[in-house]
Amino acid sequence: MRSDYAVVGKRIPKLDAPDKVTGRTTYADDLKMSGLLAGAIKRSPYPHARILSVDASAAEAVPGVYAVVHAGNVTQRPFGYGHDNIPLKDRVVRCVGDEVAAVAAVDAATAQSALDLISVEYELLPAVDDPFEALQPGAPRIHDELDIEGNVSMEWNFQTGDLAEAERRSAVIVSGSYSSPQAAPAPIETHVVIAGFDADGHLEVISPVHMVFMYRKELADCLGLDWRRVTVRQPPVGGSFGGKIDIDAHDFIAVMLARAAGRPVKLAMSREEEFTGTRTRQPIHFRLRTGAAADGTLQFRHAEVVSDNGAYNAWGSHALLVAMNTVTSMYRVGTSRLAAKVVYTNKNYGGSVRGFGNPQATFAVEQQMEELADALGMDPMDLRLKNANRPGDVTPQGLEITSCGLSECLETVRRKSGWDQRRGRMRSQHRGLGAAAYVHVGGGARIYGSDGCGAMIKIDDSGRVALISGSSELGQGSETALAMIVAETLGVPLEAVSVSHDDTDVKPWDVGVHASRTTFVAGNAARMAAAKARDELLEAAAEVLDRPARSLTIRDGVISVPGEPTATLRYEKAVRRRLLREGSSIIMTSAFYDPPTQRQDENHIGNISASYGFGAHVAEVEVDPDTGMVRVLGLWAAHDVGRAINPMSCEGQIEGGAVMGVGLALSEELPVEDGRFPAPNLHDYGMPTAMDAPPIDVTLIETADELGPFGAKGIGEGGIILPPAAIANAVADAVGVRPRSYPIRPWRLRRWIETGERSHVDKHPHPVPDENAR
Amino acid sequence: MRISITVNGDPVVRPVDPSDTLLSVLRGQLHLIGTKWGCLTGDCGACTVIVDGRSVVSCLQTVGQIDGAEITTIEGIAGRGRMMNDLQEAFVTHGAAQCGFCTPGMVVAAEQLLRDGVEPDGAAIREGLAGNLCRCTGYSKIIDAVLSVALARME
Ligand code: FES
Ligand code: FES
Repeated sequence: MRSDYAVVGKRIPKLDAPDKVTGRTTYADDLKMSGLLAGAIKRSPYPHARILSVDASAAEAVPGVYAVVHAGNVTQRPFGYGHDNIPLKDRVVRCVGDEVAAVAAVDAATAQSALDLISVEYELLPAVDDPFEALQPGAPRIHDELDIEGNVSMEWNFQTGDLAEAERRSAVIVSGSYSSPQAAPAPIETHVVIAGFDADGHLEVISPVHMVFMYRKELADCLGLDWRRVTVRQPPVGGSFGGKIDIDAHDFIAVMLARAAGRPVKLAMSREEEFTGTRTRQPIHFRLRTGAAADGTLQFRHAEVVSDNGAYNAWGSHALLVAMNTVTSMYRVGTSRLAAKVVYTNKNYGGSVRGFGNPQATFAVEQQMEELADALGMDPMDLRLKNANRPGDVTPQGLEITSCGLSECLETVRRKSGWDQRRGRMRSQHRGLGAAAYVHVGGGARIYGSDGCGAMIKIDDSGRVALISGSSELGQGSETALAMIVAETLGVPLEAVSVSHDDTDVKPWDVGVHASRTTFVAGNAARMAAAKARDELLEAAAEVLDRPARSLTIRDGVISVPGEPTATLRYEKAVRRRLLREGSSIIMTSAFYDPPTQRQDENHIGNISASYGFGAHVAEVEVDPDTGMVRVLGLWAAHDVGRAINPMSCEGQIEGGAVMGVGLALSEELPVEDGRFPAPNLHDYGMPTAMDAPPIDVTLIETADELGPFGAKGIGEGGIILPPAAIANAVADAVGVRPRSYPIRPWRLRRWIETGERSHVDKHPHPVPDENAR
Repeated sequence: MRISITVNGDPVVRPVDPSDTLLSVLRGQLHLIGTKWGCLTGDCGACTVIVDGRSVVSCLQTVGQIDGAEITTIEGIAGRGRMMNDLQEAFVTHGAAQCGFCTPGMVVAAEQLLRDGVEPDGAAIREGLAGNLCRCTGYSKIIDAVLSVALARME
């Protein structure tokens, strides 16, 4: 692989790091507009109730209150995927935290005291927080306005191959249930939105959302605004992890308040509101069976899935799309079947949290790989390697695997963790090793008409190269990666390159940051725009140097003719030669990159991503069998990143994701009691601290993807996918019981140890009706 | 009441409600917005500042109790006339800041930990920073950055 790059592949500190470590970066809550009011939202205390009346008169009379809004005094239309939600609830509240009214006042204290004066009369309705109960006949209907059965809002079904035949071919079939909790992205910065109209009626919204163009459209559609007269600005974002993808009710409410008050309004979510009123990770329940022939060749995978989506559908209802990819396409599995239901419950609803269904699916799929290996008497790594995806494979769903370093990832973590010497041999010390591997989209994900991103480049008379990208920086380092791609392509020093991406009036269209797509998609757009700018630079230089443009090269800002050491020109001089003359022009280019992919058809077949990322982890744990406490002693992580544009950032993504994954595996959850989260705070939620985070050994595997910019693939989500599965497998190795759900909190593991939860293995399978196979 | 405190070396005299939090005075009155908040319940550490040589979560610290105190915020960590100190530079070069929202509190807490003479050892630093949550980095690069400075300052 080429390695003589000037910038790509170097460990470059993030361009925004100096401002961040000195406290200079200004986030949404640090920003103001002239005359800014403070907003506050009145939320439902009940999981399910009919709204009988809202009386806001006392609140309106409070001095300092500028506006009180509720469904009775605003114009609004439904929003959300399937339009099943409305910003200010008009008839029914369906979860604790549902927005009922809101106030804008001179300061937060006044807004809060006015909020307390709004009286809402409710008639309580029966509520259901368990998706299996919600599926029962006679369960409370959560959306009685929709023509649906059993609270099922969506079904995802896929099948290929002859399942009965595949069962017959299997020497061993493992079956089991695997569940995941409601969890939260929990960025340290909560959601903050500022909305204000100028005197001419043009709306400006400042929000850390990162699908800004869709956000603008949804705002306009719901509120009846002319979307040409809406500007969305994205300030630096204090973390998202997918929590800030979807538009939430509070975004609309900020605009409603600003309109009613005639002044700009800021709504800053408290930490409790962040848990109860913004998007969570949906619990997904799997019943899974996997079969293999005696030599370990996988024969089939069969999943029945229930996704507990909460009260409304956001994009999160599509997490099944990713879970399905894992079931059908992780390893060469061939025959596969998945039947999934997305079920409404009276809980805060699911969004698009990092990994998007994959940690949940991989928890099931990868535990079963180790259960299967044990049943076959094979080493789990050998089983994985035997069935590993390879370049050129096309999976049952039509995913076209091109670059694929899965085997190398597996071999790396196997070697580095001492797997062959240690797995299965440390039970006397209650220690164990467990592994897991993933496939995840790494070259965009076409879930929308376009999966494209635009880029513009201008080079000014100082030599400053400005990239204006459609993408967004959330902290993940994409801004720096894009600047590196531009510097490398143009052949100019990195210091000359700036990146802006914060304003819908200025930046070209992009779907947004999701699905680990930014480096790949925005990176390709930036590379294409930079290549055009390079051509223009060389043409300008050709006139000066009197040589054909194609004979020129540029490196470190110097344009030269190979073999002629004196024929050189600094690139900024070439720019000025073009500009400072009659008939002048400037160097300004643009590009739009939409990956060559397909939206999946109604049978869920189609190559949704232009490349796929792979990775493998091994976790080492120590279990205290008396308390059930699990300590992660180490984590070995190898990820196929295609090409590391900035290895330090790649590691940062993997390490950060992995620790989020350790949190999922061991501690993070939002349990529901009587329809509410009893303790929506960061302490009880169980976010890992520096003491909980294990040392992580990261290896970057480079497979040079043919379509990625300089060979790069997405890596934003890879780190979080594997720890729940790898840690569960390690626990099974350490104490011989099989974790069926996560987080593996001590009391749960103690109970499994007491009941001796084991694998369900059928060694002499024959075709059986599905019901009996479980 | 009126409090008189020193913030980053500057004398500050202000009329305050004694129950105001130090965070609200710093951000709201003094416009020192480098100090962030993520919970207001003492759980995240984003609001950490140094009060009389101790790391304090400013969201829970009421100003009534700290009349006369010397306070250092992220804006004052490097000292006058300097953009960054060695710790801040180490955060940059180690890639210890991603979204940066925890970073001011993390830098302040780490600086105080170093001043307190923390053992130059990963486990000790992890323990010392356990009150500061970071959701982005997984902590590895933060610990490496602080460790490098702990070692360098010993020389
Ligand atoms: S804001 Fe003070 S600890 Fe979180
Ligand atoms: S860098 Fe984002 S929370 Fe620490």
